[in-house]
Amino acid sequence: MPGLPSLRERGSRGEANMFIVNYIKDIYKGIRSLLVGMRRTGYYFTHHKEIITQEYPDNRDTLKMADRFKGEVVMPHDENNEHRCTGCTACELACPNGTIKVVTKFDITPEGKKKKAIDKLVYHLELCTMCNLCIIACPSDAIVMAQTFEHSVFDRAQLTKILNNPGSKIMEGVE
Amino acid sequence: MWSLSYIANALHDWLYQTFSPTLALIIEMVIAGIAVIGLFAVLGLVLVIMERRVAAWMQIRLGPNRVGPFGLLQSLADTLKLLVKEGMTPSGSDKFLFNLAPYIAMMVAMLLMAPIAFAKDFQLWDLNIGVLYVSAVSSIMVISILMAGWASNNKYSLMGAMRSGAQIVSYELSAGLSVLVVVVLTGSLKISDIIQSQADGWWIFKGHVPVLVAFVIFIIAVTAETNRAPFDLAEAESELTAGFHTEYSGMKFALFFLAEYINVFIVCSIGAILFLGGWMPFHIGHWEGFNRVMDYIPSSIWFFGKTFFLIFVIMWFRWTFPRLRIDQLLNLEWKYLLPISMINILLATAIAIAGWHF
Repeated sequence: MPGLPSLRERGSRGEANMFIVNYIKDIYKGIRSLLVGMRRTGYYFTHHKEIITQEYPDNRDTLKMADRFKGEVVMPHDENNEHRCTGCTACELACPNGTIKVVTKFDITPEGKKKKAIDKLVYHLELCTMCNLCIIACPSDAIVMAQTFEHSVFDRAQLTKILNNPGSKIMEGVE
Repeated sequence: MWSLSYIANALHDWLYQTFSPTLALIIEMVIAGIAVIGLFAVLGLVLVIMERRVAAWMQIRLGPNRVGPFGLLQSLADTLKLLVKEGMTPSGSDKFLFNLAPYIAMMVAMLLMAPIAFAKDFQLWDLNIGVLYVSAVSSIMVISILMAGWASNNKYSLMGAMRSGAQIVSYELSAGLSVLVVVVLTGSLKISDIIQSQADGWWIFKGHVPVLVAFVIFIIAVTAETNRAPFDLAEAESELTAGFHTEYSGMKFALFFLAEYINVFIVCSIGAILFLGGWMPFHIGHWEGFNRVMDYIPSSIWFFGKTFFLIFVIMWFRWTFPRLRIDQLLNLEWKYLLPISMINILLATAIAIAGWHF
């Protein structure tokens, strides 16, 4: 509510008239804006199909998460148990709180050359803030955010995950 | 006919035939007390669940829906929880006043029940200054709030109580002036007279613009007087944790909570009595047929329907408007509501003298 001019400010008759006009205008505008707000909530009150609450444990089978929801970091593997991770440690460097640890090893290629590859990609879910920086940093799109969210376990050691499957190897053609 | 007044009269006759007049009077008083307490309990449960459902639907949520059918037993479960909780008294507090305050809040609510007409000829006490009684007794409420805030020995409680005091003292003025509009038009302070004067149409329809303005001001002022949002400065959660009842827990907190809802019910029933005709069915002038049809709906349903409509409006305010700052609150009262209601009562007096109302 804007303040009213003090008695000193309105000396002449014209200013007094302006004061009355502004006073009534204030009341009109105030009531109007309040009614606009009440119309909105009244609309929501009568239109129950607008309700956005999901009754979670009941609708677990049909629950659809939003595309942008970030649940945990996973590494997708294809049907040949191959992933796209080159072990470049870009994700480890990008992570602000040391959630990811890349353990590398050296594979021997058929030509007899040594080639760097990942042994384990250790992911500490209990430290992760789902900031998405590792996914942005990854040059070969090896890791993505999954939409799972039921992460509670009884032992916190279970929250430390190894993202690459046992025996998996890097996909052909990913450098 | 099985109306409330029929039951009351039958009981009255039976008691006076069976017992001596003194004993019968005592038994009647006990019955009335128990009925009022029972009404309090039921109202508390109903209004809390109603508030939570209204709030949820206005905020596009579902609200309580797990306990009982449609979540209707949620407030009963909450009450049970509060009953078994420990009622703590902080060691630094003024123990006597601290424990007294919630009972004063309840007592005020109970006293205010006396002159309310719940149905045709169904009223605890039809005193001839009913409206004055209500506005006098309802201002005792502020004493319980100040007492609670002072005795808690907590800066937030005290701040909440002081704000509440300033607020209730200010808003009592415009509530009183808007009530006076109807009193002027009726020419009586008696609740039953005021209701009877609306037999050919409610004041809100008969009284032209002044009564309409008075009704709006009354609703705003009583929302402030009952300390409900957007005027809930006394317990502004974000600033004062819970204001005057910060230190209260268990059943003592529940009494304050209950008193708030009972007060909402009382002010809404007063609003319904003054402006919407109380238990009077919807009558239009001398349309005999129409009026006859409306009379078939029991008067208690009319009264509770109107009251709950007003309660819904006040809940609607609460879940729509943001809270006012203390200076905005006092500006609204002293610079807008009070001048308008003063001009308004002048207009209403002119209408009453000239007999322009229907």
